[in-house]
Amino acid sequence: MRRQGRLTFWIGLALTAAVFSLAALSFFWSPYDVAVIDIGARLAAPSGAHWLGTDQLGRDVFAQLLVGARNSVGVALVALVIGAGFGAPLGLAAATLGGAFDEFVMRAADLVFAFPALLLAIMLTATLGPSGWNAILAIGLFSIPVFARVARGSALALLQRDFILAARAAGKGKARIAAEHVLPNVLDQLVVQATIQFSLAILAEAALSYVGLGVQPPSPSWGRMLSEAQTYVFLAPWLAWAPGATIFVAVLGLSLVGDGLRDLLDPKLRRTI
Amino acid sequence: MSGYFVGRLAALVGTLLVASAIVFFAMDTLPGDPATFMLGLSADPQSVAALRAELGLDQPLLARYLDWLAGMAHGDFGVSYTYRVPVAELMLERASVSIPLAIAALFLSTLLALGAALFAVSHRGKPGETVVLAAAQIGVAIPSFWLAILLVYFFANTLHWFSAGGFPGWDAGLWPALRSLFLPAVALALPQAAVLTRVTRAALLETLHEDYVRTARAKGASRWIALTRHALPNAMIPVLTILGLQFTFLLAGAVIIENAFYLPGLGRLVLQAIAQRDLIVVRGVVMLLVFAAILVTFIVDLLYAWADPRLSRRAPA
Repeated sequence: MRRQGRLTFWIGLALTAAVFSLAALSFFWSPYDVAVIDIGARLAAPSGAHWLGTDQLGRDVFAQLLVGARNSVGVALVALVIGAGFGAPLGLAAATLGGAFDEFVMRAADLVFAFPALLLAIMLTATLGPSGWNAILAIGLFSIPVFARVARGSALALLQRDFILAARAAGKGKARIAAEHVLPNVLDQLVVQATIQFSLAILAEAALSYVGLGVQPPSPSWGRMLSEAQTYVFLAPWLAWAPGATIFVAVLGLSLVGDGLRDLLDPKLRRTI
Repeated sequence: MSGYFVGRLAALVGTLLVASAIVFFAMDTLPGDPATFMLGLSADPQSVAALRAELGLDQPLLARYLDWLAGMAHGDFGVSYTYRVPVAELMLERASVSIPLAIAALFLSTLLALGAALFAVSHRGKPGETVVLAAAQIGVAIPSFWLAILLVYFFANTLHWFSAGGFPGWDAGLWPALRSLFLPAVALALPQAAVLTRVTRAALLETLHEDYVRTARAKGASRWIALTRHALPNAMIPVLTILGLQFTFLLAGAVIIENAFYLPGLGRLVLQAIAQRDLIVVRGVVMLLVFAAILVTFIVDLLYAWADPRLSRRAPA
């Protein structure tokens, strides 16, 4: 089981690294400027000059993919930081304090779960207008309860253990126990969850920008590249291959890393999903 | 059971009230004046004043919220600003596409997932299991809208089996309507089926270790009977949880898939309404979808109690 976990982890890491290096590369180098429109070269098939072809405005698909990687990974990453940054402390506090606060946090989490993330984004964009920031906000808000639940669940199990009792007997307060004893021990699960949540955030960002609610033109994103490609799928099918495959590899890579990590950190957890 | 039911019902009503308040106030108070927002900055003051009166913006916020709630209780969701028809009418018309699509996708994904999970468990340790697991791993990572484009390219462009999108309407007959919903349902169902397969397989493996399954085998039940009659029903609780959660994802996914196939459903309605800044329609559709999601959670809770009578004897969590 462990060997399988290790293999899953390394395959996932390789795929993830490939996508992340696309995003990193875009800061230093790009074959073409994505803002430059060249109607004469529109809908060109992949060739030596344009590795992945060009779109309906003659923009290079590979260059868009690179800059899109920066946008898609960036949106997902910031959303993840929001989700974990608010969710994990909330969950820890709920577990440690218990009582009415715990009840309140969990009911609020239920409520956010009742809103599909996309509907949340739709509400935000309907009022604030579509933008990358609103996509971040919607995805981030939706992942807060996920982290809160994982942190609370793991913390509750830990709080029954003897070493917590010992810390309490030693006169440590609730906040110190949560920070010094509970947090380090639930970090494993949070990291696993973060990896999986990262993959979901990339998927969500792609979906939002696909329906026009994410990063706005002319800044490219994988989702919008797909929605533009859809119109030309019979004329220029290559437009749909590259962005779709990139999203797929990014999501697959991260979810394999998450699965692999879960196996490596705790083989017993494997049975849960 | 009745105590449990009352508890869940109270939770349902409470959640609905809070959710409706969030939907209402988020859309009503955020960016200044909704009337100006809907008409755009270049609108003349008279139309803005007329729309303000129509929206009842001269009344206090709380009164408008209560009016809105009372209206919805009577099936009145207001009048669309761009279409000039009651929102309820619009939604009813569009729901005749979205609801069959969601049900078809739910049915398809459950069928596929149960089949794949049973196959994987009965081929434990053999290549068959590896194939199912690999397919599920891939399915989880495939964006449904990319799958939609690939399906259109393959089945509409190359094979000419289906049309690339659009919906002829139920008036065109049952078969043409169902045919145009088939590819969208597949695109919606496959990623969900992948998630469900993993959950069902894990739940089945868990129950297979239970004593009652071993007892059933010892009493001469075949492996298949032990699996389907004894392990499967007991594995249904985690599966139900995920099914309930998935319905919410299915609703959201339908918004995207309807867009990919140009289906005139609720999802397309809400996206078009955003583009036209028709807040009344956006609010109505979002509330309807949230209502559906919360209602499904409620039904799943009741199904739990039915699947596991021990739960209803405990106080609702």
